[in-house]
Amino acid sequence: MPELPPSLLSLDRPGSALSNSTGPIIDFAPDASCLDVEGLSLAYGGKPALRDLTLRVPRQRVTAFIGPSGCGKSTLLRALNRLHDLDETVSRQGSIRLEGQEIHAPEVAVDELRRRVGMVFQAPNPFPMSIYENVAFGLRLQGGMSRRRMNDIVEWALEAAALWGEVKDRLRASAWSLSIGQQQRLVIARTLAVRPEVLLLDEPASALDPISTLKIEELIRSLKSQLTLVLVTHNMQQAARVSDYTAFLHDGELVEYAPTASLFTNPRLARTENYITGRMA
Amino acid sequence: MSLAEVAGFRARLPRGEGPWAWLAAGSVALSLLMLGGLLTLIAVRGLGHFWPASVSLVELDDGQLLAGRAVRELPLATGQGRERLYFTGNRDIDGHVWQWVAVDRIVASEQPRELVVLERVRYGDFIGRLVDVRPAGSHVQGVGGGEVAWAALQARLAAVDALRDERDDLQRNVIQPLVRQLEKDPGDTAARRGLAVANDRIRGLQDAMQAEVVVLQSVDGRRLVLTLAEVLRAWRPNAMSLPEKMGAWVQGVWRFLSEGPRVANTAGGVWPAIFGTVLMVLLMSVLVTPFGVLAAVYLNEVAHQGHLTHWVRIAVRNLAGVPSIVYGVFGLGVFVYGIGGSIDEWFFSDQLPSPTFGTGGLLWASLTLALLTLPVVIVATEEGLARIPDHQREGALALGATRLEMLTRVVLPMAVPAMLTGVILAIARAAGEVAPLMLVGVAKLAPQVPVDGEFPFLHLDRKFMHLGYHVYDTAFHGDDIQAAMPMVYATALLLVLVVLVLNLTAIFLRHYLRARHGALSRH
Repeated sequence: MPELPPSLLSLDRPGSALSNSTGPIIDFAPDASCLDVEGLSLAYGGKPALRDLTLRVPRQRVTAFIGPSGCGKSTLLRALNRLHDLDETVSRQGSIRLEGQEIHAPEVAVDELRRRVGMVFQAPNPFPMSIYENVAFGLRLQGGMSRRRMNDIVEWALEAAALWGEVKDRLRASAWSLSIGQQQRLVIARTLAVRPEVLLLDEPASALDPISTLKIEELIRSLKSQLTLVLVTHNMQQAARVSDYTAFLHDGELVEYAPTASLFTNPRLARTENYITGRMA
Repeated sequence: MSLAEVAGFRARLPRGEGPWAWLAAGSVALSLLMLGGLLTLIAVRGLGHFWPASVSLVELDDGQLLAGRAVRELPLATGQGRERLYFTGNRDIDGHVWQWVAVDRIVASEQPRELVVLERVRYGDFIGRLVDVRPAGSHVQGVGGGEVAWAALQARLAAVDALRDERDDLQRNVIQPLVRQLEKDPGDTAARRGLAVANDRIRGLQDAMQAEVVVLQSVDGRRLVLTLAEVLRAWRPNAMSLPEKMGAWVQGVWRFLSEGPRVANTAGGVWPAIFGTVLMVLLMSVLVTPFGVLAAVYLNEVAHQGHLTHWVRIAVRNLAGVPSIVYGVFGLGVFVYGIGGSIDEWFFSDQLPSPTFGTGGLLWASLTLALLTLPVVIVATEEGLARIPDHQREGALALGATRLEMLTRVVLPMAVPAMLTGVILAIARAAGEVAPLMLVGVAKLAPQVPVDGEFPFLHLDRKFMHLGYHVYDTAFHGDDIQAAMPMVYATALLLVLVVLVLNLTAIFLRHYLRARHGALSRH
């Protein structure tokens, strides 16, 4: 796990007093941002879910979104690859830029965007196909790939997801024959196979046993040398273990966003501290 | 339900919980009993028809002799004694084939070995004695009677059978194509010559078949001379051993399945009806599946889930309840007269006023039934689509799939078992429908099946036979109901079996696909 850059660490201001202001407090300015969310508001059928949210996600780091249920963290995650497009009742203001490019621009093809911004869901959702076909699914969508190259990429993706050793002898078996933990790593391998720039993880370990959870967390840490990861989690220990930066959301608003170590050890706002110390559900 | 589950059901029957459980169990038992009774009745009555039953020689108290097969026995209307019904055959010399005899009047009844039964081209069965087999048109003594004549008859009948097959083959494969060719081009001299040669050959075959006659005598002494061409089969039921009878039974069943009908559908087989039923159902499935699946995909995946979609869904479900004859009327008006009439005007105007597509036929019947079963397929597919979890759809989208790719690669393959459930229900409904077919293309007699070696091989404009209609027609439109009843039972049994086979095929297919695509639906 690479060290945090000193420029970011220097932003820590240990010892400052807790503020009762509502925020948001954004405690760093990453020099290399991958995703820029600006003034994002989102409503489901007139019911607001995100309010005027602005944050930047640094490249090749793990950023965690934490907050109580219904705070909008999953909504924000799904907005990042426009999965909320499926719901006709969603209305949106504000912008999201991926590497400087507005993702809602008319010239952006949504399927291409979703290939670049991959997503792993809470419950493992392998397709009812073989293990191999699951990983090759996204590659087949792109088409025009030789059999040999596809085999190589499938192997690479399974290696990257730390699953190759367990499944290399039964690639033709049904993906549904794997254990839940293996299925979740398979889903990650499937997403990695299309070489995304960003990987969104929506509570990826909440359905898993502790050992599988540990494996997924190791995996997340090992992946950040190659891509940008955004993690939504209920589990604050998990956020503290794997993420470099943490954003605390509450009620559709960004409350505090800081390097993980500083947010957990030295929160700036009373609301944040209440949440991480368990005084607020 | 597996056997273990049935046993488990018995074991779980609750005690001391009042009568409701017994009431429910009783209902199930009663339903099963009625179903079993129904199947047993049609199986016994239908399959018994092919058994070569023994023939009795009966002497009555007034010295009258009769030979026949005892069919059933009832108490006399006077309340004293019983009477017995014999099937005596010999319609041409007696004028009837059934005879009721009071049991008291029977002086002697025996089953002599030498009694023969002949199945004939006309007048049904003959029951009596074999006297001689000799060349036609002479009065010279032939081979004589007894075992020698019986052996000779068997040999000659086999020869005549071969000749008959050759004649039918010529008729079907040489004469009919040549005649059609001459209709198109009357100046074709090669065809004309070929036709003359074939006709000569057929005349030769006919003569050969009529070259010998069989001399018969009824038990009361009347003589009958038949050419061998008029005899289809001969057997001596009283001389047959049990294995021989079983062999004859299997042959009888096979002939019933493989041959065309004779004597106004009261004899012969039902092959064209089996073929017509299966072909019509398969065509119906091919037509209804894509329409139903596309409609369900639109309703469940594409359409905005608003009030309009809600009402369309209710309307589709209600369409399933419209009586089938109404669909028949619709098919007649729209498909046959409307579309069929227009096709005739545009493409077959040279054959008008005799209609090509403007009359009932295989295509219109299949389309009508496809319309009838469309709601079933839509509803079943929609339920299957609704059962697929959204995270499967999102998983595909998150990998960069378009909505079309998501549908074709993930959602539809997972919904295939549900679609097949819809098709199974559609087949079960369509294979048994008779009412709409009577309006849009079923025929009482269409011995030519709608598939043959002539372009375009599948003749969608032809009328066809159907087992369900065959049952109706045989039961009500024959003039000899006693002879027709066994055929009705046998055909009804066959209809049940055909539906069963079609359903099982679809169920096995569904099982196979489910195993391949993983067990999503937990049935």
